[in-house]
Amino acid sequence: MKTLSYTITDEQGIHARPAGELVKVAKSFTCEIKIGKGETMVDAKKIFGIMGLGAKKGEVVNLSFSGDDEEQAFTAVEEFLKNNL
Amino acid sequence: MQVCCGKSVFGGIAIGKICVFSKKEKQIKRIKIENPEKEIERYADATQKASEQLAGLYEKALKEVGEANAAIFEIHQMMLEDEDYTDSVKNIITSQKVNAEYAIGVTADNFANMFSAMEDDYMRARAADVKDISERLLSILEGNGMDMLEADEPVIILADDLAPSETVQMDKDNILSFVTVHGSVNSHTAILARTMSIPALVSTRLELSEELNGRNAIVDGFEGILYLDPDEAIMQKMQQRKSEEDEKKKLLLDLKGKEDVTLDGHKLMLYANIGNAKDLALVLKNDANGIGLFRSEFIYLESKDYPTENEQFQIYKSVAETMAGKRVIIRTLDIGADKKVDYFSLEPEENPALGYRAIRICLTQTDIFKTQLRAILRASVYGNIAIMYPMITSVGEVRQIKQIMEEVKKELDEQQIAYGEVMQGIMVETPAAVMVSDELAREVDFFSIGTNDLTQYTLAIDRQNPKLDAFYDAHHPAVLKMIRMVVENAHKAGIWAGICGELGADTELTQEFLDMGVDELSVSPGRVLPIRKIVRETDLAKYREKKNNILQRGVTSC
Repeated sequence: MKTLSYTITDEQGIHARPAGELVKVAKSFTCEIKIGKGETMVDAKKIFGIMGLGAKKGEVVNLSFSGDDEEQAFTAVEEFLKNNL
Repeated sequence: MQVCCGKSVFGGIAIGKICVFSKKEKQIKRIKIENPEKEIERYADATQKASEQLAGLYEKALKEVGEANAAIFEIHQMMLEDEDYTDSVKNIITSQKVNAEYAIGVTADNFANMFSAMEDDYMRARAADVKDISERLLSILEGNGMDMLEADEPVIILADDLAPSETVQMDKDNILSFVTVHGSVNSHTAILARTMSIPALVSTRLELSEELNGRNAIVDGFEGILYLDPDEAIMQKMQQRKSEEDEKKKLLLDLKGKEDVTLDGHKLMLYANIGNAKDLALVLKNDANGIGLFRSEFIYLESKDYPTENEQFQIYKSVAETMAGKRVIIRTLDIGADKKVDYFSLEPEENPALGYRAIRICLTQTDIFKTQLRAILRASVYGNIAIMYPMITSVGEVRQIKQIMEEVKKELDEQQIAYGEVMQGIMVETPAAVMVSDELAREVDFFSIGTNDLTQYTLAIDRQNPKLDAFYDAHHPAVLKMIRMVVENAHKAGIWAGICGELGADTELTQEFLDMGVDELSVSPGRVLPIRKIVRETDLAKYREKKNNILQRGVTSC
């Protein structure tokens, strides 16, 4: 399993559009990807869960990847976060 | 006459008849069913159809309002197919042995409540998106289409609230304005109204009823007011305002997307000046081809302490991305003189205009300068960024700046942080820079003439002093000769030269600037189109011929 912590820098936080984009990225991999804030962890392939986190600028989100293509998923998601959030 | 106040989401005036858009109340009945599998199948079919409809709406919105706004329908599709949502519906059907409609209704309420309970306004507004997809499913299950607007002439639409899908489905040619009782300025419908440039009000204090249909109304999107049955005086005032707006719009429509080129083929780079990230919307609206002067000091002026590299990076990045490949010229901080910031602790000076300011601060306190350069370089990966240094008086200063720039690049290389190629230019705004512009031109990639300071330094006139107005001549031949000299020296060295001061926006001089060979004009966003109009109507060869004739007849001119 691989894990990643990321601090949101986007002014609006994870709003609808990046949440949708993140789901698209996550869905292109078969491994299980979780994203969470504090104690709550949700499936990164489900848009309601991600939007429900209400992650805002300055907050830290934690991600975990486990499965066959976790390496690739980690790299792709990390790049997505850096460029969009 | 009745006056109703609301929150405006887009300025503009609409005058016309009212059409009340009322949704049929959907009564959801809870019905016991025998066969949950069959009910789940009904639900799956409806989801499939809804998904197809949304894909169609996405295509329609993509053409009409652009990718950024169309994305909402892609998100709706994801919501529709979200497993948490679908599992909830299926679970209610199976466990309670009830109809799909009821299961969708309950699920929609639960998810909408989740958003309504969230802290920020933006997320709260998303409850409407959940309701929108759920209503779509219900309409399909009932075998009805979504409620559609039926109007055969352009109308002002009054509604309780409008879902994004309802807004996009309406025939644009028949909509003068949207007025809703509920809804927020953050709703996607509000965003769509802005993109479509339709005057719109939300949260309007108004009692909706069918009898409003067909009555006359005016929507004043500037003030956020709806007038029902307006009286003669208001009608006249608003008509006047509307015709002024229409005139502006016409200019915009005629000139938007047109090239800045004279009748005989001389091209000009027509850019806009901005002093704030919020000005970007105006830059796009007025169709400037780039940003010729990004006054970065606003970032410092709005801050309580030195803005960090990351704060600056985010701002530069978003501007570069928004301009999507068009050039953005960032002027490094120009603090001092009349622009004071507490945390810089600048000492009071006898003569601030000639004092410790702009590049002089940067070359003295290099840590502040380096932070800004790092932020700009990093942001340059995301677009077409150029950098410009203010208040230059000598070649030595430029070499010193280039030295610091090299140090910053080296640091970034060592830390393996990416940056792009940036053009480096200087503001020519001191008589000294003008006189050595031939040498300066060999050091930099472009010149931008700052006429405000250049005029004040050349004429030795403080523009803040009203007593001196009689002595002040904005078109003083000394200044115009200087501009000509700077442009000639730039061209000799193979670089381009522009003007970013107020004089650049002076339409009386546009043709004269073209004659001088000025390559770029950067003006406030609202001046872009009036200048484009002049450029496109100019025949430079004829202008020069006329000018020569006047000179030969002995009339003095510059």
